[in-house]
Amino acid sequence: MSSLLTPELLANIGRSSLPQREYVTRRDIRKYAVATGNRQTKYLRGDVAPPMFHIPLFWDVVELDKLTPDGVSVDSLLPVFPLTRAMAGGLKITYYKPVYPEMWLTSVRTLDDIYEKAGRSGPLIFYRLVQEIRDDAGELVIVEETTRILR
Amino acid sequence: MSHELAVGEQLPSREFEPDNVQLMLYNAVLWNGHRIHFDLPYATEVEGYPGLVLAGPMLGDWLHQIVDEWLGDQGTIRSIEYSNRAATYVGDVLKVSGEIIAVDHEHSTAVIEVRLENQHGDNVAPGQVTVAFNVPTGQAS
Repeated sequence: MSSLLTPELLANIGRSSLPQREYVTRRDIRKYAVATGNRQTKYLRGDVAPPMFHIPLFWDVVELDKLTPDGVSVDSLLPVFPLTRAMAGGLKITYYKPVYPEMWLTSVRTLDDIYEKAGRSGPLIFYRLVQEIRDDAGELVIVEETTRILR
Repeated sequence: MSHELAVGEQLPSREFEPDNVQLMLYNAVLWNGHRIHFDLPYATEVEGYPGLVLAGPMLGDWLHQIVDEWLGDQGTIRSIEYSNRAATYVGDVLKVSGEIIAVDHEHSTAVIEVRLENQHGDNVAPGQVTVAFNVPTGQAS
């Protein structure tokens, strides 16, 4: 029996965000390519989006009073965990289709799992978020799985 | 990309030395207002970091970049798995490298182990990238 994961906490597994639909522009691709030091002309011109362009495309845009004092927007999909110190996590990103300017993409994020493990210095809580990004035809474009660890 | 793919082949590596202008631009593109990335007194005196912290996803982008540059128009990245193991800072010299660890000639795919080392030799962002080629892997040029 887990000591930290209450039934109330585990009941959050399966929760999903509202769909977030965003428009891809050549200018936004160019800005991302420049900021990441990309050297490939097709990205610097904005002809096609480089991998990971979905990160800025779907980053939360919240009003100033919704930011914490250290400037972070709180992820409303997450419950309050009994452990708060974040450790390194991991990502898996699968690319199904390229992203071009003038595409509309829709993201849905789901809290896919919460589990606990015993660490060397105490219990650890893991949670996994799955982000599915689809085009307007409903076809998968990108799936990102993020696992974060709390201690 | 090389002629004939083989396990053990090294990809061209690249060093990144991001300054605070690049870090600001990256976080501006994301709309990321986390102070540890631009507010040096906050990062050092409140959070206790030795400097401005590089945004974790930027390191992930660089892991993609060396593979994507190497592929050119001969293939695409199918997937990546990586983790951010330690914080990195403005002023760090970060070397990204890759090595082919598996080749599937039948399906024209390969797996590349990627790493991002800081100037101390610590691999702070290990990962694996799976790529698919649009040319036979034995004849890629």
